[in-house]
Amino acid sequence: MARAVSNRRKMLNTALAWLVGLVIFFPILWIIVLSFKTEGDAIRTPLEVLSSVWTLESYAVVQDRSDYFKHFTNSVIIALGSTLLGILVAIPAAWSMAFVPSKRTRGILMWMLSTKMLPAVGVLYPIYLLFIELGLLDSRTGLVVVLMLINLPIIVWMLYTYFREIPAEILEAARMDGANLRSELLYVLTPMAIPGIASTILLNVILAWNEAFWTLNLTAAKAAPLTAFIASYSSPEGLFYAKLSAASVMAIMPILIMGWFSQKQLVRGLTFGAVK
Amino acid sequence: MKQIQLQKVSKRFGDVEVIPPLDLEIETGEFVVFVGPSGCGKSTLLRLVAGLEDVSEGQILINGKDATAIAPAERGLAMVFQSYALYPHMSVRNNIAFPLRMAGIDKAEQARRVEEAAQTLNLTEYLDRRPGQLSGGQRQRVAIGRAIVREPTAFLFDEPLSNLDAALRVGMRLEISELHKRLATTMIYVTHDQVEAMTMADKIVVLQAGVIEQVGSPLELYHTPKNTFVAGFIGSPRMNLLGGSEAQKYSAHTIGIRPEHLGISADSGDWQGVVGVSEHLGSDTFFHVNCPDFSQPLTVRASGEVELGYGEKVYLTPDKAHLHKFDDKGLRIS
Amino acid sequence: MATQHSRSIARLMIAPATILLLGWMLVPLTLTLYFSFKKYLPLRGGDLGWVGFDNYIRFISSSSFWPAVGTTLIIVGGVLAITVLLGIALALLLDQPLWGQGAVRILVIAPFFVMPTVSGLVWKNMFMDPVNGFFAHIWRAFGAEPIQWLSHASLPSLITILSWQWLPFATLILLTAIQSLDTEQLEAAEMDGARSLRRFWHIILPHLARAITVVVLIQTIFLLSIFAEIFVTTAGAFGTKTLTYLIFQRVLESQNVGLGSAGGVYAIILANIVAIFLMRIVGKNLDK
Repeated sequence: MARAVSNRRKMLNTALAWLVGLVIFFPILWIIVLSFKTEGDAIRTPLEVLSSVWTLESYAVVQDRSDYFKHFTNSVIIALGSTLLGILVAIPAAWSMAFVPSKRTRGILMWMLSTKMLPAVGVLYPIYLLFIELGLLDSRTGLVVVLMLINLPIIVWMLYTYFREIPAEILEAARMDGANLRSELLYVLTPMAIPGIASTILLNVILAWNEAFWTLNLTAAKAAPLTAFIASYSSPEGLFYAKLSAASVMAIMPILIMGWFSQKQLVRGLTFGAVK
Repeated sequence: MKQIQLQKVSKRFGDVEVIPPLDLEIETGEFVVFVGPSGCGKSTLLRLVAGLEDVSEGQILINGKDATAIAPAERGLAMVFQSYALYPHMSVRNNIAFPLRMAGIDKAEQARRVEEAAQTLNLTEYLDRRPGQLSGGQRQRVAIGRAIVREPTAFLFDEPLSNLDAALRVGMRLEISELHKRLATTMIYVTHDQVEAMTMADKIVVLQAGVIEQVGSPLELYHTPKNTFVAGFIGSPRMNLLGGSEAQKYSAHTIGIRPEHLGISADSGDWQGVVGVSEHLGSDTFFHVNCPDFSQPLTVRASGEVELGYGEKVYLTPDKAHLHKFDDKGLRIS
Repeated sequence: MATQHSRSIARLMIAPATILLLGWMLVPLTLTLYFSFKKYLPLRGGDLGWVGFDNYIRFISSSSFWPAVGTTLIIVGGVLAITVLLGIALALLLDQPLWGQGAVRILVIAPFFVMPTVSGLVWKNMFMDPVNGFFAHIWRAFGAEPIQWLSHASLPSLITILSWQWLPFATLILLTAIQSLDTEQLEAAEMDGARSLRRFWHIILPHLARAITVVVLIQTIFLLSIFAEIFVTTAGAFGTKTLTYLIFQRVLESQNVGLGSAGGVYAIILANIVAIFLMRIVGKNLDK
């Protein structure tokens, strides 16, 4: 609604909206604050916390434990690896569904989406067993494969919708101009689809980074990404609020920033076109 | 010389036959227009010629050789799409050069041909811009440039003027006709606008539901339409097609008379009627007259100075020399 | 453009994705089904033979089953109610003219991007801990006894955590839907004399109906399989065992694979029922 509204009304809206926004954001804000405190200060009352000394010591402690960066690296490899692998498999599939649709295209697409709705717990044991047999338990490779499979439906779906926005006539023109399939994909489709491919990568890296079922159950010391690393704080020794805050802030910051840029992609990718 | 021949070409989408078997011949250098209402199959036919769709049955011959199974790029044809289909991420120069690049032509020759095409179409100053920065008319010219540069056997135009506003359309019509005169290359042009067909074509192919109703020069179609469909489709405003007892007086099921061949008088004439809405164009006035003899109003053309008010009683007289007669199947009675 | 040539290439191109997903579905599913009909205790003797539908009956008749169903319904229902109602309110608010709309959106969207384990642990410790948590400090400041959130009010606590995480999603979807509402419709209604509340009820809400349905269906599917938040906060204690968690415990903790697999089959059937409704809506949209 873009009508001229009284300034007073606008001020009221603004105040209310900011209040709600800050309340919702508060937990994140609070752990950012706590991450810059000592453990002793982190457990004191809020006012005391705010007025106490700011320090980087908790960040230092978390980083000194070398496993933090190992887990960070695992998260990066697993999130990026599964997404890029998914993109490689999905681009041809999305191309064919978007530009050479057949009677079965709709059915196949819907079936692919439905595989995402399979409850993970229902196939937990077989996958667990398979992983043991194949030596994939607690391996990054295994996790890359699993996360690629659970996000593949979304990657295919998103690429499909982005490809459909490319006018088919432009690809036909390329064909008339003498481009073979390779040239068509390389010189015309991909350059035009780059924003869509980037958006898809963005959303799926986020989803893979935050995945917390398979990453918790299929990993131990070696391949555990940040989700599992943070989970290990659930039965800690001694004071740990500041360390947990620091570790958490480092774990969620990249994704928070990426997430702020991917709101539109979120709607597109997770509502399967049912909401525009 | 017959450049493009369609022999018993038919097209089915699933179970629906959109184009029953048809035959068509196009001479070298002709400007042929496929015209017809929406859904008549004209675009489909064009795409069959282009190779963007496979024929279900039949053959397409280009320069005497069977091209039915040959890929679009190798048929030696160039197409200008309705939406221009320019590559948005490439400059105008690269857009025009693209087909040459695909053909492996060396860079120097590419540049030369692009400059030439740009000159022909007044695009030289825009060569380094992107399509997004151009106006509709300019984009159209880039699309044409991309086609010209291939030096094709024939140009295929798919409703190229539909996306332009009315004023621009008239100008581009002239430019395309001019281009045809200059290049003397065969052009196949698809449109739903019969004005474009009449003004640009050497030969018009009227289509309805995939069937060719008539093929002929614009004036042939105007003066001797073979059936009521063509009679009613060609010419604006529409020919008056009348049935009932009046038609039987002329021993026909339906008679047709164009608005300019009806005389209108306040005093006497063959058919009595009452003036309804009148459309004043300045040079002409079109009166819509309601006659009790006929179920629909008749359109009559008169000079711009004639003044007749709503509800006035008038008499209409057809020019017998220009009266068309059609039988009960809608076919022309000579 | 569809020629024979392009059609055969298309089939080739779609094959890898199809084969992979087919494998991903069929192989584990078949195994789960297989195990569900067996008595299989890896820690106590391994494969102990076929038992028919025994596991299925035992799973349902176990004393933990109905409580788990109840817990699941309460959690899913509670989160849905909160996120949808607050989501509509927030979406309406964010649609109003205000300063710094972009920034407020960023604040509101943030919780969705926080990984579930961080979310669970931060709430459990920094906010809900009865000794050092934020709420404990606030309660004490007012002279009240701090609530032992996760032990005495476990379900409301979990619902709070989950709602915090999912509110952004609902809000974003509903906001997108509201902004797609043709302003002309609302202006026409205004010209016809409808005041704010009536405009909301008769025009905005029906328009949102489909978006709300989508939000409900998608969230239900994801909420049914919530795991990490329970894992790090209560590990299923204090009555927070959902169906998913129950199955997880049977399979990986007590390692009664046969029983757990039967439970898994139940979970799959349940999820499929919800999925059918969702796919109908998706399908309708695909046809457009």
